[in-house]
Amino acid sequence: MDAILLQILNGLDKGSAYALIALGLTLIFGTLGVVNFAHGALFMIGSFCAVTLSKILTLSYEVVDETQKDFLGNPLKVKTPYVESWFGPEAGGAIIDWAVPLAILFAIPIMISIGFIMERGLIKHFYKRPHADQILVTFGLAIVLQEVIKYFYGANPIPTPAPDVFRGSFDFGVLLGFDPNAIIYPYWRLVYFGFAAVIIGAVFAFLQFTTFGMVVRAGMADRETVGLLGINIDKRFTIMFGIAAAVAGLAGVMYAPINSPNYHMGMDFLVLSFVVVVVGGMGSLPGAVLAGFMLGILESFASMNEVKSIIPGIDQIIIYLVAIIILLTRPRGLMGRKGVMED
Amino acid sequence: MLGLNKKDMSLLLIVGALALLAPFILNPFPADSAMAQFNAGYPDLMQRFVIFGIFAIGFNILFGLTGYLSFGHAAFLGVGSYSAVWMFKLLSMNVVPAILLSVIVAGLFSLVIGFVSLRRSGIYFSILTLAFAQMSFNLAYSVLTPITNGETGLQLTLNDPRVLGVSQTADGSIPVTNLFGMEMRSTFEMDLGPWLFQFNTGYYLCAILMLLSFYLSVRIFRSPFGMMLRAVKSNQHRMNYTGLNTRPYTLAAFVISGMYAGLAGGLLASMDPLAGAERMQWTASGEVVLMTILGGAGTLLGPILGAGFIKYFENIFSKINDSVLHGWFGFMPDGLEDFIVTIVHPFVGKGWHLTLGLMFMAVVIFLPGGLIEGGQRIGKLFSRKSKKSDGGDAEHHPKQTPHVAE
Repeated sequence: MDAILLQILNGLDKGSAYALIALGLTLIFGTLGVVNFAHGALFMIGSFCAVTLSKILTLSYEVVDETQKDFLGNPLKVKTPYVESWFGPEAGGAIIDWAVPLAILFAIPIMISIGFIMERGLIKHFYKRPHADQILVTFGLAIVLQEVIKYFYGANPIPTPAPDVFRGSFDFGVLLGFDPNAIIYPYWRLVYFGFAAVIIGAVFAFLQFTTFGMVVRAGMADRETVGLLGINIDKRFTIMFGIAAAVAGLAGVMYAPINSPNYHMGMDFLVLSFVVVVVGGMGSLPGAVLAGFMLGILESFASMNEVKSIIPGIDQIIIYLVAIIILLTRPRGLMGRKGVMED
Repeated sequence: MLGLNKKDMSLLLIVGALALLAPFILNPFPADSAMAQFNAGYPDLMQRFVIFGIFAIGFNILFGLTGYLSFGHAAFLGVGSYSAVWMFKLLSMNVVPAILLSVIVAGLFSLVIGFVSLRRSGIYFSILTLAFAQMSFNLAYSVLTPITNGETGLQLTLNDPRVLGVSQTADGSIPVTNLFGMEMRSTFEMDLGPWLFQFNTGYYLCAILMLLSFYLSVRIFRSPFGMMLRAVKSNQHRMNYTGLNTRPYTLAAFVISGMYAGLAGGLLASMDPLAGAERMQWTASGEVVLMTILGGAGTLLGPILGAGFIKYFENIFSKINDSVLHGWFGFMPDGLEDFIVTIVHPFVGKGWHLTLGLMFMAVVIFLPGGLIEGGQRIGKLFSRKSKKSDGGDAEHHPKQTPHVAE
């Protein structure tokens, strides 16, 4: 029982990342009808927003301290980040420590503007082109973004730690009456799951309970009619693209402490997220979220030693296997709508 | 001749001449000149030109004709490589059985994958093929290590049985791949003044096989079967309404292109007998898509052109470093020189993928038909000019219909 619970928990954080990326992909597909292969790159850029902010915050100047000597006997150079000198060591240190959560605020405007530029500058011209062309051009864009990041940040992963408060693990087992240490779970992953839940909830609430969201949903159902009613639907869809980019970016920001950002992390997630979207059903937002968590949890179950001893290698292929089975038995995915992407 | 019309025959002859004379054509600069780094006429690169040409020709039979965008074709290439290396390990170092086995195994593999994937079309087909390819890649890395040797990659060793050959040569080294005694790596070098031309046995084997595959693809393009595939691309629904089951045709196209990929994989292993799982990764599948689109999907010559283009720039661009750049722009004033080098630097050397991505985007945006379409547009530009000079305009001056009595 405790083992099963542990695997469910383990699946949640990866599942949250899948769900967030798939949610953004589905938003873009559902509104604009564009298959965006550059979405993984947006996730990666989000991660690098966290890296950038923590680099900016730790910009420091050097002071030669005559009282201290290093091991060669020379005066020691002490590095002091500007932030610490401005706000004092206490507050400054706290700001640096909280770089990743602060990066959320930093990333939102950046990601939204990247989304706008992408949509207005490139994607706009591809509405009428076949899906294959959209896939190809965004695939090219993903390569370009990836290489730009590689040029500025290098090819190695950059560790970006979470705040000190969240270091260490939470003992879930005690809470539920199991033995201590039976189910331990890192705090940051809990935070990630909570964060993902909040974001997903916010997106759904935005679409469900605001006028703007209502118009967008109407546009998703029938773009032409909404346009005929005198509503500038293109503008709203552009904003939705920006929001989708921001969702992917925030997923990336918060993922930075779990997995040190490197330039190809986007591509690694992209392939899986596409599988998630297709399993959930193209164009279905709840389907994307459901499939994201489902596949994340299935993946972590498959990596249990008990399962691996029965079917070796299952942990490597489970997601693809599930995708193949679902696509062949439920052609529209789990919750796909009728008539979407059925040529 | 050979069942081709005049136009196709001349196309085949041009490709043949280019392939056979490649050691000359690709080596236009003297060996010790400053431009020598633009020479591509060395065996390793020329082999890759034609091998990836075969791969792209095969991919084009599927994507260009039927419009099914497969994102998992590298799996067939990888499977082909593995089976060829196993043939070298178990049977003999002769490339013929190895290549035959790799084509057959890749064919069977693509039959299975195609049978399942072709139940869906559009993006679902792309995802299914991608899923299968990633599954093969992950398995090759983990559970199938006894067959694939995992991360290290499958290599020849001195202890391999090689039933029809020798485990090791007289001097105790691993025997080399050969075609009935002709070693693949043997190269005939010709010094012609300052030029150095290299004629490699392996390259010519690949080139001849590439010509055969090209001929086959021309025949497929012109056959009723090819016509059927094109009909599938333009409107599959209508085909279904007329009572025709399109799946056998698309499956045949899928298997043929899988066999082409297997042939390419087998040749890769024959030129350099090792096989690694990274050949099956989805980025490798993406690369063949890039080649086909860049050259021009659905055209005969496009894929070869695209493959050559990408492989050439991959090798040449990635070799250019800062000192080379300084050499080029040395004639400029110092400040300007440094400025230009700084600008160009991100696009060459290790950053050549950036150039590739930009180039690819530009082609998809402005030239959906690829380089071939670009060439045609330029050609049209010139022919229109020449037409204007003789004043003829077919649309506004229709030919007078001859009188019946004449």
